[in-house]
Amino acid sequence: MLTKRIIPCLDVREGKVTKGVEFKNNIDLGDPVEMAKRYYEDGADEIVFYDITASSDARGIMIDVVSRTAESIFIPYSVGGGLRTLEDMRNVLLAGAEKVSVNSSAVLNPQIIAEGARAFGSQCIVLSMDVKRTPASEAVPSGYEIFINGGRKAMGLDAIAWCKRGEELGAGELVVNSIDCDGVKQGYDVELTREVARAVGIPVIASGGGGTPDHLHRIFTEGEADAAIVASMIHYGAYTIRDIKHYLQKRGVVVRKTD
Amino acid sequence: MISIIDYEGGNLTSVKRAVNYLGFEAEITQDRRVIEESDRIIFPGVGAAGASMDVLRKTGLDQIVRDQVIERKKPFLAICIGIQILFEWSEEDDAECLGFLKGKVRRFPDHGPNGPIKIPQIGWNQLHQVREHPLYENVANPSDVYFVNSFYCEPEDPGVTIGETEYGLRFTCAVAKENIVATQFHLEKSGPIGLRMLKNFCRNENWT
Repeated sequence: MLTKRIIPCLDVREGKVTKGVEFKNNIDLGDPVEMAKRYYEDGADEIVFYDITASSDARGIMIDVVSRTAESIFIPYSVGGGLRTLEDMRNVLLAGAEKVSVNSSAVLNPQIIAEGARAFGSQCIVLSMDVKRTPASEAVPSGYEIFINGGRKAMGLDAIAWCKRGEELGAGELVVNSIDCDGVKQGYDVELTREVARAVGIPVIASGGGGTPDHLHRIFTEGEADAAIVASMIHYGAYTIRDIKHYLQKRGVVVRKTD
Repeated sequence: MISIIDYEGGNLTSVKRAVNYLGFEAEITQDRRVIEESDRIIFPGVGAAGASMDVLRKTGLDQIVRDQVIERKKPFLAICIGIQILFEWSEEDDAECLGFLKGKVRRFPDHGPNGPIKIPQIGWNQLHQVREHPLYENVANPSDVYFVNSFYCEPEDPGVTIGETEYGLRFTCAVAKENIVATQFHLEKSGPIGLRMLKNFCRNENWT
């Protein structure tokens, strides 16, 4: 059977992995290619690079990161952040990425999902989204609302409806990032993830809030996620991917075995 | 030198980088001479059966590859869409394929014994080795390998199947016949285990 995937996420700004709280106080954590390689060797099932470079002038730096990664990492990896056109997607895929992810750009122009799926195949197109709990309303009946621009702008768009629409347009996977849980390390949003997983027929990747191996256990079992993004809990050395997998395996979650 | 056939699918550079990383020379090509002079051929790719076959016919690569693989018996490795178009027909695009192996390619059923299944299959699943083959030298059985597929191969001769995987049903994920070996999973994205199999193909002197 398919294993549950553990996917380290590296936020890259101007060629360096950074981690900040609410986009402030960013600190450099290291070279993205070196970090990706370390996680690859430690048993990561996939890697996500998220380009948070503000200026489009620096876009070439990300392409260089992607291309250097391809020389030493032999698992799938995806790139997101600032991809707006088919050309943007093509450049990243040609540099060696397996998948591209779109977020704000897809909310503003949903057709980019369909165009990307037609050009490169659905398996290449990951629809990523930032979701925040709000009081249920006519526009947002589920009480889960889509935000864009790094969580700063509410769109009055229902997250569950957006997930279904993304699937119809041809997205191959969904990344559901909970703004409420992100960076707090108190666990993923189990209810949100489960609701999405039951609404669509494509893989769902939970994001935001992973702080302990038990949080991953909960999101894979109660949350019905196919994969989970990990960041802070491994970047600062609190856990290794090996630790997490060992814990999950002991508790009966099927994960990929590594040598 | 290993020739990597360019039939305009994705993923060619990933395969080349993996082969280079293992210390072998490889060239991505559509050129008859390069293919004829190479010691081995890799037939990789991500794409749809119909479009892949169109490119192969348009470029004449179908005949070049047939000549090298079927007549000359050159060691040949097909990956992902590559394994599917080795068969006679694919349900994807109702495509007539190369027919190097007898059988068909089918879409995964929407439901398995345990409820609905997600299509495409994306992720790591177990490769069960059901026959010995040089591809598997130093590879544990089972091993986890990386898949991205909506369709699977159904060989007419079960004897060609060397690997199986469960996804809604038990399907053939690796085949071998004489100089031909092919995998549905991505050797170039399956971590150290995938690299080991790729290396087994690249270096093995007694391939068939």
